[in-house]
Amino acid sequence: MTTAVPEAGGGFPLVLGLDTFGDLTSDEQGRPLSHAQTIRDLVEQGVLADQVGLDFFGIGEHHTDDFPLSAADVVLGAIAARTERIHVGSAVTVLSSDDPVRVFQRYSTLNALSGGRAEVILGRGSSIDSFPLFGYDLADYEDLFEEKTNLFAELLKGSPVNWEGKTRASLHDQDVVPHLENGTLPTWIGVGGSPQSVIRAAHYGFSLMLAIIGGSPSRFAPFSQLFHKALDSFGRDPLPVGVHSPGHVAATDEQAREEFWPRYLEVITHVSKTRGFAIPTKQSFLAEVGPHGALFVGSPETVAQKIAANLKTLGANRFDLKYGMGGLSHAALMTNIELFGTQVAPRVRELMAS
Amino acid sequence: MTRIAVLGAGHVGPVIARVAIEAGYDVSISASGDPAEIELITQVLVPGAEARWAADAVADADLVVLSIPLHKFATFDPDLVAGKLVVDTMNYWPPVDGVQELFDDDRFGSSEIVQRRLARSTVVKTLNHLGYHELADDRRPVGSPERRALGVAGGRTAVDLVAGVIEDIGYDTVRLDGLRAGRLLEPGGPVFGVALSRAEFESTVSAEAA
Repeated sequence: MTTAVPEAGGGFPLVLGLDTFGDLTSDEQGRPLSHAQTIRDLVEQGVLADQVGLDFFGIGEHHTDDFPLSAADVVLGAIAARTERIHVGSAVTVLSSDDPVRVFQRYSTLNALSGGRAEVILGRGSSIDSFPLFGYDLADYEDLFEEKTNLFAELLKGSPVNWEGKTRASLHDQDVVPHLENGTLPTWIGVGGSPQSVIRAAHYGFSLMLAIIGGSPSRFAPFSQLFHKALDSFGRDPLPVGVHSPGHVAATDEQAREEFWPRYLEVITHVSKTRGFAIPTKQSFLAEVGPHGALFVGSPETVAQKIAANLKTLGANRFDLKYGMGGLSHAALMTNIELFGTQVAPRVRELMAS
Repeated sequence: MTRIAVLGAGHVGPVIARVAIEAGYDVSISASGDPAEIELITQVLVPGAEARWAADAVADADLVVLSIPLHKFATFDPDLVAGKLVVDTMNYWPPVDGVQELFDDDRFGSSEIVQRRLARSTVVKTLNHLGYHELADDRRPVGSPERRALGVAGGRTAVDLVAGVIEDIGYDTVRLDGLRAGRLLEPGGPVFGVALSRAEFESTVSAEAA
């Protein structure tokens, strides 16, 4: 499904999934729920994603009060135990501030639990909380990511592992368990705008996940080309390209916007205080929601049309909607997931086939 | 014709190089090492630019765009750009990039600190306060009601020259006298990340300066 096996004609199968950062949800009265309840609700959301036929459910590692999902793989394990078909994975694993050996062990365990449905998306993510938390310096980000990606690629080849570097202890003929049952773990690198990351993904033979969270998605088209040319220059076979973007689906465009906008405004305003972002205006929000923006907010038809158009422009075969926004209710998220699975996904498949 | 050397092939450098080429400039792009390593990036993302060794590119350039990761600036060799006009597009943004000792000083803007270190260059601050993801999309021709304004801060002669390039790329400019005034363009400042027309930009910065 999301493995790198080209279909006849050289393309890859279409994959439609959901990502969440575990955004803290509210009850029907708008009161914030506890971290624990948010996490239990998340399991229900993952199970529903499977029931409505979606291909992937991903959880992005975060370490804050707003996004209390620091142990995504544990939650994915619970989802895996209650589902049979859907792939489960990170979106993303902040590899630079983690130990590649532990990441491998956790996701290889998830792969065992799920019967081969685990995936990993490696990246930096847009928040930096894990660096001070685990004692890393952000200035070392590139070196950490390069070395740890290199080690992760070695681990995927199977034991025994030999590796030397500066960022962790060396490994000599080390058996790292559990062994992968069926070859490898589908591994992607999430890229937000760094061409070197595109080259790195191609170098290691990892698939490319474009994280498009603002501005025109079409500007990423050259990144797809760069990825394919880089794969070619490294003598590798073609690999799939995916897109991750935020959004919200409701019965009508108006309802989706009305539910999403106040939450988006509140979350980005909160973030702007700590990160210096500009506070969005209704006008800038509507531009992002429009055909040339990066927010996939609207009715099933609107969102499906936008997904299909962007997949075609970007030469991509996978779209993961980052659903949820702090303060939305669990009920609104369940409706979003149901509509995405039962209406958006079939419509995208139809549009992509035409 | 103005020759532009872009230093940095990360998120920002290739985007600036591409819009400069499309505005008709002669553009090179350099990373910290061998240009062969960025040949493919250049071919695909910046068609028409030449990937060069930084020293060669700077020697031939009228204008150098410095778009390296800020944490690499502490080890950037000032001799490389001595005598050159340098456009500093970098930001000191601790919540996003971490605290850096060289820039962790409230009394100075980041470009003032860059200028102090590049004592034999002339530094101008611009292109730092709009997203690199907006830079190509938000260009508009002269006179368009949607044309955004960008702040350009530094010494007058240098600012005039750089503002001409920014206007050719597709933005109006608001010229700010001195790098000290460039602090208005920084993260957390009144124009950072905000799309403003020239009139809106001028009233925003003059309200802030008052």
